Amino acid sequence: MMNSVMRVALIVAACAVGSSAAQAASVENGRKAFVTHGCWQCHGFEGQGSAVTSNGRVLSRTELPFEAFEGFVRSTNRAMPPYREAILSSSDLADIYAFLQAVPPPKDPSEIPLLK
Amino acid sequence: MARDDSRTKFDRRKFLAGVAVAGAAVTTTKDVQAATTSDTPNAAPPQRPSALPPNAKVAVAETGTPPEIKSEGGRAGSDFMVDVIKTLDIKYLPCNPASSFRALHESLIDYGGNKTPEFLTCMHEESAVGMAHGYFKASGKPLMTLVHGTVGLQHATMAMYNAWCDRVPVIVIGGNDLDAAHRPPGVPTFHSAQDINALVRDFTKWDDTPTSVQAFAQSMVRMYKIAMTPPYGPVMMSLDAGLQQEPIRKFPGEDLYIPRYVPSSPPQGDSGAVKEAARLLANAEHPVIVVDRAARTQNGVNLLVQLAEALQAPVVDIGGRMNFPKTHYLSRPPSVIGQADVIIGMELSDFWGVVNGYVDNGEDGIGVNESKISSKTKLISINSVELITKSNYQDFQRFQVVDVSMPADAEATLPALIEAVKSAIPTGRKDAIAKRGEAIRKAYASGRENVKRAAAVAWDASPISTARLVMETWNQIKDFDWSLVASEGNVSNWPARLWPMEKHYHWLGRSGGYGVGYGAPASIGAALANRDLGRFSVSIQSDGDLMFAPGVLWTAARHKIPLLAVMHNNRGYHQEAMHVQRLANFRDRVVNVGSDMGPIGTSIENPDIEYHKLAESMGWWAKGPIKDPAELGPAIKEAVAVVRSGQPALLNVWTQPR
Repeated sequence: MMNSVMRVALIVAACAVGSSAAQAASVENGRKAFVTHGCWQCHGFEGQGSAVTSNGRVLSRTELPFEAFEGFVRSTNRAMPPYREAILSSSDLADIYAFLQAVPPPKDPSEIPLLK
Repeated sequence: MARDDSRTKFDRRKFLAGVAVAGAAVTTTKDVQAATTSDTPNAAPPQRPSALPPNAKVAVAETGTPPEIKSEGGRAGSDFMVDVIKTLDIKYLPCNPASSFRALHESLIDYGGNKTPEFLTCMHEESAVGMAHGYFKASGKPLMTLVHGTVGLQHATMAMYNAWCDRVPVIVIGGNDLDAAHRPPGVPTFHSAQDINALVRDFTKWDDTPTSVQAFAQSMVRMYKIAMTPPYGPVMMSLDAGLQQEPIRKFPGEDLYIPRYVPSSPPQGDSGAVKEAARLLANAEHPVIVVDRAARTQNGVNLLVQLAEALQAPVVDIGGRMNFPKTHYLSRPPSVIGQADVIIGMELSDFWGVVNGYVDNGEDGIGVNESKISSKTKLISINSVELITKSNYQDFQRFQVVDVSMPADAEATLPALIEAVKSAIPTGRKDAIAKRGEAIRKAYASGRENVKRAAAVAWDASPISTARLVMETWNQIKDFDWSLVASEGNVSNWPARLWPMEKHYHWLGRSGGYGVGYGAPASIGAALANRDLGRFSVSIQSDGDLMFAPGVLWTAARHKIPLLAVMHNNRGYHQEAMHVQRLANFRDRVVNVGSDMGPIGTSIENPDIEYHKLAESMGWWAKGPIKDPAELGPAIKEAVAVVRSGQPALLNVWTQPR
């Protein structure tokens, strides 16, 4: 596994060529990190969120760019506890972002008979 | 224990009467001593101190076959007590047996024929009270339970606190051996106390300790009446074992009688306050109605619809009961509260929490408060709980200043309020009010689509999403006259957001005091009521809740109580997992999860509990663990068929956390 400095460098490089941080990070490691760091507790294993624990916010396929995502996770709005670097490395955060971007898009509710 | 003692001819009642007469006639200690000792069985050997561990004789008495009791002369006090209880038409008696009420127990099943009430064997007093709690919310009728004087009541207390906070009447009678000089030593003395009611006095509406059978009759009818007068609440009676067991001793010239129960009318709001509330609402630009336990009955639901439509005002249902139809376009989420210029709150357990926000853990570990409303917003409260506020437990929540305060029952006040609102609406405002309704109708339609889109996210996930859990369940019960009897363990409020709840019994509300362990017994109690009313009962049963007192599953099977329990098994005390994670983050510490998914001490895994086997072992049809969402619908269909045949069924479903 590459170290976090190299990973950040790759993220920067990826951004520089117009790609996303997610492309440089590991989706699989992100999936694991999402669990080990407790993100799943409020956001669900798929980042689907909840009306009661994430104010309805869906994290999967978030439209926030990585920098904004990282900025929020580090400082938050206090309704969510902050994840500073002391407890969540930048590389793990990049991997989490990559995992969330890789979650398949939800079905349209009109295609789900029980939600019609 | 039997009070008959072959060594003496001592008569407890004569003894007490002697004390009273002597006390009235003489004043010196010496004389009183003489009077009180005149019938004392001096020949009896000294008793050992009761605090000692049970001796061989007592141990045999407690663990072996009870000794033969001589036939008692006269009619047993407990038989008359049964006559009293029967006048109140209490249908069931969920109960764990205990010696301190053995006389009443025997009278109920033999003299009373085990009908009205019918004894339901429970395995925990908390389960018995929880069943009574759920039963009332489904039927509107209270149940009674009997508990052992000290230890049984201690078991019952959390469930009684839930009932108190949820404004539900439960009648609790605790057997107690009051007479310290003559109750059996050892275990029965451990199970007696001077004042057992003290344990629950802070969260009961009323309690009593009758000392004659006539006083029992008055006390029983009075406690039923108090419990059943809104605001409802649990009541408690300490019932002397001797009074139950001994023959009735009437005072000279006394004829025992049973007082007739006449319901009290619920308190209505003051007419002047009603008029002022109506004026504010009728002239508001953005009135909002917020309800928690406002509708006690279906009539309450209907009245709220009338009020909302008269004002074309959105209704926010906090969900202590099913107050307002979720299919009505005026049913709106709490986010509308911020737009309000007038808010009327009805039977809110926390008005402060409705109009204020609270963010847990600020910079210094202290929560942050923030108002959700303008300082100019007018607040109206109708809340009967103000009439029974007590001091110790803090269920009254933070103090909220309001502009019009009515300590009254909301449902009883609604007819007058509706008429006053109709009269107060200025003719010139009727078009504006109609337009307000149209805007809300559009917002409702848009909101429904948003909810469906949110439900679709992670629809095929494993563990199964809570939205899918709820909708797969709905799909199998929608054609029945259904009742969601409990939903413990948060499922993101999906039933209220997705199911077409319209009737009062479509949702029975939560525990009240948030005491975990309510869901299983309350579901079964409600299912019992629904069985008799021809309704189909379904619960969303969480894992942690079930494990507090799972013996109630056996009670359901034993008494053929049909219930579909679909488990929300997220394998943890999940609220606590989030709390510990939160604290660790604020302290910049990586939370210690050990070998589990959640912080140490919050997970229910390693090993996973096989709830389906647990239920099967107690007579339920059960299946699981179900992790594949594609398997869920067919499994629920099987379970529904079992429930329709009159049996309980449980599905152990592995779910997303929320």
